[in-house]
Amino acid sequence: MASAKEVVLNPLFDNNPIALQILGVCSALAVTTQLSVTLVMCIALTSVTAFSNLFISMIRNYMPSSIRIIIQMTIIASLVIAVDQFLQAYAYEISKSLSVFVGLIITNCIVMGRAEAFAMKNPPILSFLDGIGNGLGYSVVLVTVAVFRELLGSGSLLGIEILPLVGNGGWYQGNGLMLLAPSAFFIIGLFVWVLRSVKSEQVESAEFRIAPHAAPAKEGAF
Amino acid sequence: MSSKDSVSRTLVVAFFLCVVCSILVSGTAVVLKPMQDENRVLDRNKNILSAAGLYDAKSTANSEVAELFSRFTPRLVDIKAGRFLEAEEIAELGIDIASYDQRKVVTDPALSEALSSAEDLADVKRRALYQMVYLVQDEAGDLETIVLPVSGYGLWGILYGFMALEGDANTVKGLSFYELKETPGLGAEVRNPRWQALWPGKKVFTASGDVGLTVVKGAGGGDYEVDGLSGATLTSRGVANLVQYWLGESAFGPLLKQLATESRVATR
Repeated sequence: MASAKEVVLNPLFDNNPIALQILGVCSALAVTTQLSVTLVMCIALTSVTAFSNLFISMIRNYMPSSIRIIIQMTIIASLVIAVDQFLQAYAYEISKSLSVFVGLIITNCIVMGRAEAFAMKNPPILSFLDGIGNGLGYSVVLVTVAVFRELLGSGSLLGIEILPLVGNGGWYQGNGLMLLAPSAFFIIGLFVWVLRSVKSEQVESAEFRIAPHAAPAKEGAF
Repeated sequence: MSSKDSVSRTLVVAFFLCVVCSILVSGTAVVLKPMQDENRVLDRNKNILSAAGLYDAKSTANSEVAELFSRFTPRLVDIKAGRFLEAEEIAELGIDIASYDQRKVVTDPALSEALSSAEDLADVKRRALYQMVYLVQDEAGDLETIVLPVSGYGLWGILYGFMALEGDANTVKGLSFYELKETPGLGAEVRNPRWQALWPGKKVFTASGDVGLTVVKGAGGGDYEVDGLSGATLTSRGVANLVQYWLGESAFGPLLKQLATESRVATR
């Protein structure tokens, strides 16, 4: 059985849900234009993953296998609604800028994936820690992406000006691409590249090889 | 088949799960409702201030909002007659001005009416007969700012916001939205301060008395045109429609023209 330390730390870099399993990328694109919003999203996702793992693991031995996915979804959805309500009460501005993305945690593959892959087979405390670990793994990538996007796109971090923008009388011309979703793809791609250069065991073997060109094509044949 | 997977067991587990989850969800919703409502009111007041150009997200603290907002006098407007209602008339209608919400009364047939499709430019379906507007007056009692509630269909849903006009009832002071369902990063950019900064100074009515103010594609020039948001054609069109509707004849148009005449008389 995995130790608690492994369960929490493994998903950070060795088995990162975004960088290695390529799960939950959608929200990494959507909520990373500002670091403050990203941090709230990370806390929301980490708590949902941890508690859904905990509750699902607690009832795993009573769960009829025919409806287990529905049960998992119901628990996850209830937790997400609770988190959304808390945000609306305690962090109204941020909940407005997160808009639909808090609700979309329900469909985040990481939450469902950990419930099905880990919580169904492991005791509650360990599952809870696994949820924390995977939430942190998600957070590592999101915070990295958000730091680059906010710094290069708006010249600030957490709303504090670092690179004074030309528009505000400074010298830095904000990179508009960084404010758009595609830039998150580039940064996640670079993150995966760096990670796999350092930890080469994460590099996947090629599924096929393109065969060399064999015979010259006939003229006029398409 | 093990007992865990029997039909009766499945039903029992499903039932208890539903009960527990619904208690959890409704419990949090009920307990947190007062705080959420408070946040919503604060947010609406901030938007009124922001439309009037008195609120800056970075420098204005939440505690200052109440003080700034105290300068605003809420008044009810009779949309059809195009004039303000006096306190006695409001009492006669049985309206409590402190709790009046024009968004709620659209379901009340006594206080609202359906719009014909020709009138319904902003696609709001029904309108309240009495609208709450907010006035700021200077020391001499002349109108300094009037803040009008606006709403209209964008791409995914209705945008709710406020538009502030100068005392001449013809010059835009600002536009802000407090509730919308538009795409973040595209349509939701109507909240971007840089886009909102395009509005102040624009004129509403043309010489012939029509609503000239609109949102256009490409660099909006002149007194009446605001540059639309790129990548958000339908939201921009929605904003143009709601401006046309709310400032037009079937909404605040008559009142604004009346105020404009009064302000011309006052300055002469």
